[in-house]
Amino acid sequence: MNHNQPVYTDNDPQSELVTLNLGPTHPATHGVFQNVLQLDGERIVSGISTIGYIHRAFEKIAEHRPFYQITPLTDRLNYCSSPINNMGWHMTVEKLLNIKMPKRVDYLRIIIMELARISDHIICNTIIAQDTGATTTFLYLFQFREHIYEIYEEVCGARLTTNIGRIGGFERDFNDIAFAKINKFLKEFPVALREFESLLNRNRIFIDRTAGVACVTPEDALSYSWSGPLLRATGVDYDVRVSEPYCSYEDFEFEVPVGTSGDIYDRYLVRNEEMWQSVSLIEQAMEKLKHEPAGVFHADVPDFYLPAKEEVYNNMEALIYHFKIVMGEIDAPKAEVYHAVEGGNGELGFYLINDGGRTPYRLHFRRPSFINYSMYAHMSEGMLLSDAIINMSSMNIIAGELDA
Amino acid sequence: MAAIINEDLIKLLGDKFGEKISGVNEPYGLLTVQTTKDVIIEVLGFLKESVGAGFNYLTDITAVHYPESNHIAVVYHLHNMVDKIRIRIKVFIHEHTPTIPTATVLWNGANWMERETYDFFGVKFEGHPDLRRILNMDQLIVHPMLKQYPLEDPNRVDKKDEYFGR
Repeated sequence: MNHNQPVYTDNDPQSELVTLNLGPTHPATHGVFQNVLQLDGERIVSGISTIGYIHRAFEKIAEHRPFYQITPLTDRLNYCSSPINNMGWHMTVEKLLNIKMPKRVDYLRIIIMELARISDHIICNTIIAQDTGATTTFLYLFQFREHIYEIYEEVCGARLTTNIGRIGGFERDFNDIAFAKINKFLKEFPVALREFESLLNRNRIFIDRTAGVACVTPEDALSYSWSGPLLRATGVDYDVRVSEPYCSYEDFEFEVPVGTSGDIYDRYLVRNEEMWQSVSLIEQAMEKLKHEPAGVFHADVPDFYLPAKEEVYNNMEALIYHFKIVMGEIDAPKAEVYHAVEGGNGELGFYLINDGGRTPYRLHFRRPSFINYSMYAHMSEGMLLSDAIINMSSMNIIAGELDA
Repeated sequence: MAAIINEDLIKLLGDKFGEKISGVNEPYGLLTVQTTKDVIIEVLGFLKESVGAGFNYLTDITAVHYPESNHIAVVYHLHNMVDKIRIRIKVFIHEHTPTIPTATVLWNGANWMERETYDFFGVKFEGHPDLRRILNMDQLIVHPMLKQYPLEDPNRVDKKDEYFGR
């Protein structure tokens, strides 16, 4: 929050420009975003983004928490796809500790991460539609987010801030209901997504509102360090899952959709196609699971993986391990590690420096929403106010990830 | 042309900058080098524009505070998307004179990353077009990620940092 910012102090009575505070709480901004805009009629002359309204000092807190207690912090970054953040963090620690994961765990993780990606993209694409005036599609596809949350609930017990998994795997195996729900989702979601596309893809009003609006060149996108669907919509085929495969993504066949002009319509199409790819990834993972030994849901690393609760209550060793791990008394190498995963909005990076203490010496989150958003005010110049609103929806900036 | 590997990069940087490049190591396969603040922009620009390197993407800028040695390390992560290789560049600056030239001359994305680093560590990026706090309020008089500032209010008697890890 910048109270001393060069807010437009243009009190010139002759000025024809209007200063508009869009946000911090405006129904059209879907989150806590403030932009101070100078308007000439409906056209934006210039703008300043003010962020930090929900800054919670996660990087400072993380320096005072053992590894396990950092997972709930990552939930609250991009809370629309929290499992990706949780697992990204767990994989960072696993990379630090050199833990080799069983394939079955990787595939289970991919199922959950791709579900999270779908739920993230559902939010973004339906909200673009909502902001262009199509409430039906919003309500229609949004119910599948609920189905995804039910799957999370079956796996870990939580819905939004999931805290899913452990360092070294999952807390328990997926039960039959979870698999049944995934199968049901795989059957029903493509039907709904196809219908969603048929309502919007060739919809005249939707195309008029989105095509050719907020075009971005690949050069600009790279210069502003964009990543994720936004970067791919400009035509750059950068996807962390392909360029640096983690979690056995190299075992899977999938396409990386790219756009051409980087406008809102392309971003919408890229996200839609990514949902199709995610569905295919989940199907492939379900198929691959059949060839893996059943019942494996964590790596065999008793030094780092929390023992089962029934063990802790009845077994001295397990109790000792439990306390050691929870209090952070584990032998982690003194090293620094950068691990990136493809989050819903782009490259989500964890830069962890461990000095052998109980807590990280330094943990930095490379948050795609924060970095993508830095272009927003610059992009909006010369744009109509109503276009700037859809532009913000199409960038899918999540306030929690923006402000950390 | 074969994809470049870390050895090529070490040689490339060594030939060009000689003694200015130090502390070369590869934790978890990610090439990490140290350089000094007088050549940092040249190093970044060389990595971005020279044909042999091609690190055209700035992944991240952040900092780390080392109070024992009175240093702040400014850390740059660059990425070559074609050859799928990353590099980490560190510059150690003194915590009492935390100045370093800005990378906004090379990447627009550096703008907010540097503002964040300034906000939390007080690193002054010389030549930055708009170096203001970004996440904290302007009235804040400290740079809160520096290690001397505790997480909890130091006047509280019921919560002490030593009970909670560090």
